This record gives sequence, structure tokens and C-alpha cells, in this order.
Amino acid sequence: MSARREQAVAPPVGAAAGVAAGGAAATLRAGVLARNPAWTQLLGLCPLLAVTTSVVNSVALALSSAMVLIGANLAVSCLRRWIPDFARLPAYVLIIATFTTCAVLLLEAYAFDLYLRIALFVQIIVTNCMILARAEAFASRQPPGLALLDALGTAAGFALALLVLGALREALGHGTLFAGMELLFGPAAAGWRIDLPGLDAGLLLVSLPPGAFIVAGLLLGAGHAIRTRLRR
Amino acid sequence: MGELGLILIGALLVNNFVLVQFLGLCPFMGVSSRYPPALAMGLATAFVLALSAALSHVLYHFLLVPLDLVFLRIIVFITVIASVVQFTERVIRSAHPLLYEVLGIYLPLITSNCAVLAVALLAVGQELTFLATLVYSCGAAAGFALVLLLFAALRERLEHASVPTSFRGAPIALVTAGILSLGFVGFAGMAG
Repeated sequence: MSARREQAVAPPVGAAAGVAAGGAAATLRAGVLARNPAWTQLLGLCPLLAVTTSVVNSVALALSSAMVLIGANLAVSCLRRWIPDFARLPAYVLIIATFTTCAVLLLEAYAFDLYLRIALFVQIIVTNCMILARAEAFASRQPPGLALLDALGTAAGFALALLVLGALREALGHGTLFAGMELLFGPAAAGWRIDLPGLDAGLLLVSLPPGAFIVAGLLLGAGHAIRTRLRR
Repeated sequence: MGELGLILIGALLVNNFVLVQFLGLCPFMGVSSRYPPALAMGLATAFVLALSAALSHVLYHFLLVPLDLVFLRIIVFITVIASVVQFTERVIRSAHPLLYEVLGIYLPLITSNCAVLAVALLAVGQELTFLATLVYSCGAAAGFALVLLLFAALRERLEHASVPTSFRGAPIALVTAGILSLGFVGFAGMAG
């Protein structure tokens, strides 16, 4: 099983080797741009499309994913000499499941109303292939410091993708930005809400499930177009 | 009986796991470029999904709830799923070597299919009975296989369409999925 699983996460392996040579800054940068987990590798697509109906949902999921990613990368990196090779994938999955449980409990304790909205997608962070891919391809062969940077870079890249899609869908779908931030940051954040002029009704389609696919497809197409233009 | 029928239709069409609830998108985008692998993946996932949802249900109600360890559900369920995948792999390999050749490479991927975990979590979250859990997971599994096949057929046609360069590959696939999803949103309000 393990050999095949490696095949499944093969693309990041090559990228990781190149990154390790480039040092710390490159490790951090690669996760955000060149190797952006969501936009270039289409990993973690389920939560990306599902929770991005508003910015506050995106922020909550970005923070939980970052916590799991950092925790899992650090733990895998620290334990890399003690985890036998044949048992490494089950071990990584259990480590990720443990940190996911911690994230779920934290969110349940401190932002319960928000947790109710995105509960399922915080719980299934454990099956996010992005996190397993980083543990397997990077953290299992690098020291904790680099693994931490790699986790930070990947988490930032994923957060960027979540926030862009979340902001776009909230603006087009509801005509607001940053609505409901008090659910995560306390009553002081209630005033952060911006009502966009001219979009007060919003396009219903954008906040419905089909809108997520279509907006994400358009963004991805635009990204490709910009990249080709820049290369010329 | 009527209630079970509603659960089945609800999981299969109205709240389709892939197109309405955004679960299992990685295999949906990953193995849907041709029809035969999509069929193999759909069948293998359907089997694992139903079996692991039933096992998770039993473990949750007879082990985790009595011991007050409900917060460990994620760890327990993912272990169940990984074991079911391993078990399925072994059984198919010894019973049908030919089938194993077709399904083999897709089986390990099922562990990281979030739809499988989500069905188990949603079934215990809604406090379904054992029978209802079975019906619910079969509906979800059939729904997953159905859209995987629909989408694979669409993508085979898409290969011959003239698509703007920037949109070739993933972008046009996502937009196509959006239009397909629009159809499934039309089922809203029909049942469950």
C-alpha cells in the first residue's frame, strides 16, 4: 500500500527536494506561490469550495488547517527517526487526526456558533491530502525548523486561496465583506462589516454550491492567463 | 419505509455528496478524465463507504458513547476506514486477481477521500439508526458513483471541444462541474 500511496503524492516530492536546496526563505515562499496547495495542485479542494461563502468562514478554516499543518509537520519531523518505515503512513494519519481533534475542540470551546457552520469541514481536515503530502514528502526527512517553515508556507498559501475565494464570493453573493467577524474575534469585530455599494442584493448563484465551482474555475483560468502573459 | 426512501433520495440526489456538499472532490477531479477508471473508482469507493459507515456506527454507539469518549470519533473513524480499505484490498487480491488489477491503484486513495469520513460523521451526527445509516451510506455511495461517471463522460467529450488555452484542464473542468451542480441544486426541496 505504501508504495502506491507514495505514487499518489508524487508531484510534491520533487518540489520538496528543490525547496530544501534553496534554504529557509525559499521553503517559505514556495508554499505560498510556486507550490500553492490549492491553486497549483488542486489539493484540499473540498473545504476550499465548501466553506468559502464568507470571509469569516475562510479565516476560521484557514486557522484550523494551519494549526493542524504546523502541529503535524513538527511532530512528524521530531519523530522521524523513531517511526519505522512500514508503519509511517498510518502513524502520520494518526498524528494528523490527533491535531484535527485538538482544532475541533478548540473551535468548539471558543467559537461555537462559527463551529456549527463549518463543523464538518473542520473535522475532515484529517483527510486533506495536502497535509499528508507535506508530512510524507517534506517533514519526514527534514529537521523540525525547516518543517515548521514548510508548514507555515503551505498554510499561508492555503489561507491565501481560501481568503481570495471567500472575499470574492461574499462580495458577489451577499454584497458585504467581513460580515460576522464577531463570531471569531469577539464583539469588537462587529464593526468590521463593509457593505459594498451597488451589490446590496447580491448574486444568489455565487453563494450557492454551483457558484463555488464556477468562480473557482474562472479564478484558475485567470491565473493561467496571467502566468502565460507574464512569461512572454 | 417511506422515511428510509426519503433518506436514500436525499443522500443520492438532493444533497449529493460531491456536487452539493463538496465532499470527495479530490478523486472527483483526479480520476474522472476517462470512463473506465471512473467506474472502477466509483464501485470501490461505494463498497468501502457503506462498510465503513456501518462499522463506525457500531463502534460509536457501543464503544465511544458508553465510555464517554465521543471526542475521539475522528481518530476512531479514520482508523476504521483505513482498516476497511486494507481489508478490501486483501480480499479482492486473493478472490479476484483480475478485478484487483483494475481497482488496485485506486484502493489506497480511498482512505484520503473525505466523503467516506464525512458520511460516517454525518450519520452519527444526525443520530440515525443502524438501518438508516446503511440506507444513507448506500445513497451517498451511489450518488458519488453516479456523478463520477457523469463527469467522466462529460470530460471525455470535453477533450475534443475547443477550449481557450488558459481554460484547458482544471479550470474548464471546474466550470463544467459547476453547471452539473446547478442541475443537482434543482432537486432542492424534493426530499429530505
